[in-house]
Amino acid sequence: MSDTPIYDIENLRLSFPDMAHKPLLGPAPRVEILKGISLRIPRGDVVGIVGGSGSGKSTLGRAMVRLIEPDSGAIRFEGQDITHLGEDALRPLRRRFQMIFQDPMSSLNPRRTVGAIIAGPLKLQGFDRVSGRVDQALDHVGLPRVFRKRYPHELSGGQRQRVGIARAIATEPDFILADEIVSGLDVSSQAQVLNLLEQLVRELGLTLAFISHDLSVIRRLCRHTVVLHRGEVVEYSETQALFDAPQAAYTRELLDAIPLPDLDQVWV
Amino acid sequence: MADARGLVKRRAGARLWLSAGWLTLLALAAVFAPLIAPHDPLAQDLFGARLPPFWEHGADAAFPLGTDSLGRDVLSRIIHGARVALGVALIAGTLTCLIGALLGLIAGYFRGWPDMVISRFVDIWMAFPPVLFAILLIAVLGTGLSSIIIAIVVIDWTRFARVIRAEAMSQGAMDYVASAQVAGRKRFSIMLAEILPNVLPTIVVLLTLEMGIAVIVEAILSFVNLSISTDQPTWGSMIAEGRLSIHQAWWVLVFPLITLFLTVLSFSQLGEGLKDHFDPVLR
Ligand SMILES: Nc1ncnc2c1ncn2[C@@H]1O[C@H](COP(=O)(O)OP(=O)(O)OP(=O)(O)O)[C@@H](O)[C@H]1O
Ligand SMILES: [Mg+2]
Repeated sequence: MSDTPIYDIENLRLSFPDMAHKPLLGPAPRVEILKGISLRIPRGDVVGIVGGSGSGKSTLGRAMVRLIEPDSGAIRFEGQDITHLGEDALRPLRRRFQMIFQDPMSSLNPRRTVGAIIAGPLKLQGFDRVSGRVDQALDHVGLPRVFRKRYPHELSGGQRQRVGIARAIATEPDFILADEIVSGLDVSSQAQVLNLLEQLVRELGLTLAFISHDLSVIRRLCRHTVVLHRGEVVEYSETQALFDAPQAAYTRELLDAIPLPDLDQVWV
Repeated sequence: MADARGLVKRRAGARLWLSAGWLTLLALAAVFAPLIAPHDPLAQDLFGARLPPFWEHGADAAFPLGTDSLGRDVLSRIIHGARVALGVALIAGTLTCLIGALLGLIAGYFRGWPDMVISRFVDIWMAFPPVLFAILLIAVLGTGLSSIIIAIVVIDWTRFARVIRAEAMSQGAMDYVASAQVAGRKRFSIMLAEILPNVLPTIVVLLTLEMGIAVIVEAILSFVNLSISTDQPTWGSMIAEGRLSIHQAWWVLVFPLITLFLTVLSFSQLGEGLKDHFDPVLR
């Protein structure tokens, strides 16, 4: 396999207009959310992204899957610069990076059946055998095929999140961004969804970026960890090393602030 | 829990079937009016004027709801009046809905400058008092059915635009929209395929309400003689004529009034009933 990283992010800057301080006339001032982020994610890696609330984790993630366009810097996906690509140019690439969202109640269209939801990206990307692939995706996430006919509100929280995962893996992407995907679930569903994710990463050879504020989850799942603080990367290293000997002061703060439960008992 | 749901459903069901039943009956009457109506609605008979309804003394079985002061059959006139009422409801309601909902969807989903333009328009529009606006429009366009329809559409599209804009905006913030974007769906297609189904229940409720409003507006304009020529019987003109002879022949006023009331009520209940019955999320 080539050693081009799947994501190569360089000095990424992104700002939003600050509507609260907009003058009566003229444009709103901009607040910079990402202040020069550089990051390389090698193929096959599982990278955790942690940081306090408002540190820019979701914004970084949304820029990576190009839901939003950065101001400057570069995002290269498998060597290709996608920083400022328009929707039409992005479309053929979209099959290859997918996203799983935090709240499946919001990320699954309530008026579409599970089957239609999973088939959506497949149809858009011009796949053949859509129905077979939907079944396959359901098999992968451990949902019975009869669930195709159900609506999201007829599922449990954990099942809904599995549908979100099935939709993301259906197009056989190379990369998946998971933004706080277990924080809305109860503990046992959390464990199941995380197990499933681990298994899929192994079986499908996925590269995964996993945004979370739960350090115990990151520690269990991720090989590398990025610590974000106020829109900057303060530390990026192997997870084990980061937990054993945090380098940045902010990382130490983060580790101290969050009590780590005895991990292994939670996951058996 | 299950019982309560069942109860709600049964009540919603009764509401749906009663209102749909009445409106279907009315629609059939309107379509087949010349075949169904027992008499020519315009045929006058001064010797048979002010015949009371069938249960009163001195009634004529051939005129079950009685006759007016010119001897015209009230039932036949109500049946023929349904043509105008339902025609206006259908055309004006649908047009208002199409225009208002589409503009509301675009403003709410695309935001930015389309929203600026559309919302400004809505604000300015709503500053006009609707009744004056209607009379002004009719004065400019002249009386007649098409003027009434145009007046309703021109005045009421803002009702749809405002509500649907707000709904589209809140739906647009949902992650399923972001998810469709990640999957590569085009913006306009997201609006129609993802957002629209989620605002459709509201659209249906607004549409049926609007049809009810159209029936009332037409009746009011007929009542003040701003609708079509007096040749064509309308509920509004019947009510106006009935008002003049209320002491001699109450039925000329009361029967069209009841029909009007039931029709408007049915329209307003139909939307809610349809929503409760067919929306997969509520079902
Ligand atoms: N569309 C937007 N417009 C304006 N400001 C935004 C927008 N999206 C995010 N922000 C701001 O950017 C900052 C970072 O938000 P972001 O969602 O990336 O944080 P986060 O690290 O994911 O936080 P959390 O852990 O709470 O999810 C916040 O201050 C937020 O208010
Ligand atoms: Mg976030």
